[in-house]
Amino acid sequence: MSGLELIDVSKSYGATRVLDGVSLSIAPREFVAFLGPSGSGKSTLLRVIAGLETLDAGEIRLGGERIDGLAPGARGIAMVFQHYALYPHMTVRENMAFGLVNAKVPKDEITQRIAQAADILEIGNQLDKKPGQMSGGQRQRVAIGRAIVKQPRLFLLDEPLSNLDAALRNRTRVELAQLRNRVDAALIMVTHDQAEAMTLADRIVVINDRKIQQVGTPAEVYARPANAFVARFVGSPAMAMLPVEVVAGGKDGLRVRLPGGAEVQTAVRSDDLAQGQRAELGLRPEHVSLAAPGSGGIPATVELVERLGDRTFIYARLAEGPEIIAHAPGFSEVRPGDAFTLAIDGAAAHVFTADGTAHHPEPRA
Amino acid sequence: MTTARRDRWTGYAFVGPFLLVYAAILIVPLLMGIVISFNNADLFGRREWIGLANYSQALGDPVLHQAFFNTLTLTLLIVPPLTAIALMLALALNRSTRLAAILRGVFFSSLVLSVTIVTLIWRFILTPDAGLIAEGLQAAGRAPIPFLSDPDLVIPAIAAATLWWSLGFPIMLFLAGLQQVPGDIYEAAALDGASRWTVFRRITLPSIRRTLLLVVMLQTAAQLQIFGQAQLLTGGGPGGASRTIVLYIFEVSFGRWELGYATAIAELLFGMILALTLLQYWLVTRHEGTRA
Repeated sequence: MSGLELIDVSKSYGATRVLDGVSLSIAPREFVAFLGPSGSGKSTLLRVIAGLETLDAGEIRLGGERIDGLAPGARGIAMVFQHYALYPHMTVRENMAFGLVNAKVPKDEITQRIAQAADILEIGNQLDKKPGQMSGGQRQRVAIGRAIVKQPRLFLLDEPLSNLDAALRNRTRVELAQLRNRVDAALIMVTHDQAEAMTLADRIVVINDRKIQQVGTPAEVYARPANAFVARFVGSPAMAMLPVEVVAGGKDGLRVRLPGGAEVQTAVRSDDLAQGQRAELGLRPEHVSLAAPGSGGIPATVELVERLGDRTFIYARLAEGPEIIAHAPGFSEVRPGDAFTLAIDGAAAHVFTADGTAHHPEPRA
Repeated sequence: MTTARRDRWTGYAFVGPFLLVYAAILIVPLLMGIVISFNNADLFGRREWIGLANYSQALGDPVLHQAFFNTLTLTLLIVPPLTAIALMLALALNRSTRLAAILRGVFFSSLVLSVTIVTLIWRFILTPDAGLIAEGLQAAGRAPIPFLSDPDLVIPAIAAATLWWSLGFPIMLFLAGLQQVPGDIYEAAALDGASRWTVFRRITLPSIRRTLLLVVMLQTAAQLQIFGQAQLLTGGGPGGASRTIVLYIFEVSFGRWELGYATAIAELLFGMILALTLLQYWLVTRHEGTRA
């Protein structure tokens, strides 16, 4: 049993290419997030799968059957739109029934499916209301309900949380996680919010610049980003990128020099980088900390402090210019303008060559 | 003076001039008309209170009955097809291609023509001697049809000319209505497997029902007052077969100088238009609990 398969899908608007040879395979009950910045092509890819846009080249298969030539309604796909796209003149019940009536589902079954979905989503007492009488969160549920009753093989969710306020967003996130356990279908969610993608998805598909940059579990994408773009885009605050020069390479781990002259020993074991080559050192905030006084370290000046209660992020600038983000446990007392020294955990650092290729730290063989 | 008070006077100062003019040229004449309709009055200022005599005369006036029937027939021949054709054209023109933009302009352009020009054009088309249709029929070896002198054909002929003239405005109203409909509900309908006909019936029509109501109300009110086409194309003939209510009011007041009787008919027409408009509004909105 196969789920969704995209084979070399391409799409252009006039002379502008928006999708470039996208291939992807999704398991029947998998929850996948398309993660990327605005204009990356992630929404277009979702719309191509839904059939709202035609593709120029390539194939789309769902459950082994080719669907790219089918009308949107004949693909066995349901979609939850970003702005819900409920029919404003129909009641909730009519909204949910519309697709089923078009598919000529028997009346009794329509009634039963709506009752079941309303039960799951706790909107049983709202069925005779119109969308205009409901709150944003309730409309979201109706939109999900309209998708559930169709019993699709694939759910598409276009930025499902972006229209909700913070409290409701967290609750809906939990509900989406529960939803995937209740439905016998694959789910694809488009989002530009990496926290959503990390918490909900089995796998994340990072999309940028018309192409898939990386496909992997949240842990893989976070710990072993495929390239500099993924490294910068996933993780909050973002990974800092410091320009460095390779001092020594080889099997014992690259040694690199920061602009100020300080050297960092990494665990990146690669022969691809030669001595003297320029590269970027990628450091996540959790691998940079304030050095204890007198223990040496790299001098920096604090520019901005973000205190989150349980931890503090310190945005600092090295003497020579590059920005770096450090992390301190609890409620740090450092203030903007303070000068201090940083301790860098070189064994956790990534190295990126000029073309964006990533080299990850490897434990000693 | 407090700020709130000053603000209020500023507001009155802005709407004041308009309200004055509006009252002077619309409200006052409307009320005066009602008063005059209870008088035996002429254009020279003679007034004699006769109560409801003008109204009872109207109820028994066979010429008015015929004019009433003609007007109603015209309205029925014009409003439904006009609404349907305008909606179809608007649906066809509701896209962002160059051709659609040009055609929108073409359809709207007939609206800027005066009734005189329109009537002239349709005279050229309908007249049995050397008119466009007559030429065509003769080329096909058939006898020309006397549209404007046959009592059975004159009403449809006026309706055709009016349809052609009046299309532009409803098309614009429908286009404005259609552009208000959010695009994503059409995409949702596509994913819900709706056919084109289902989309039109269940999505488009309900979404523009207020525009539809507006078009039907405006057109009904306009066509019940139809005048220029009838006067210029046929003068109400032959034998009163195309005399409309407003044309009759015109004849009574400016031909027979019976101003009191004319205003009585005008008040009856006003009441009829008001009643029909309210009826349409009620029919369309009675099922709307709250606006979606």
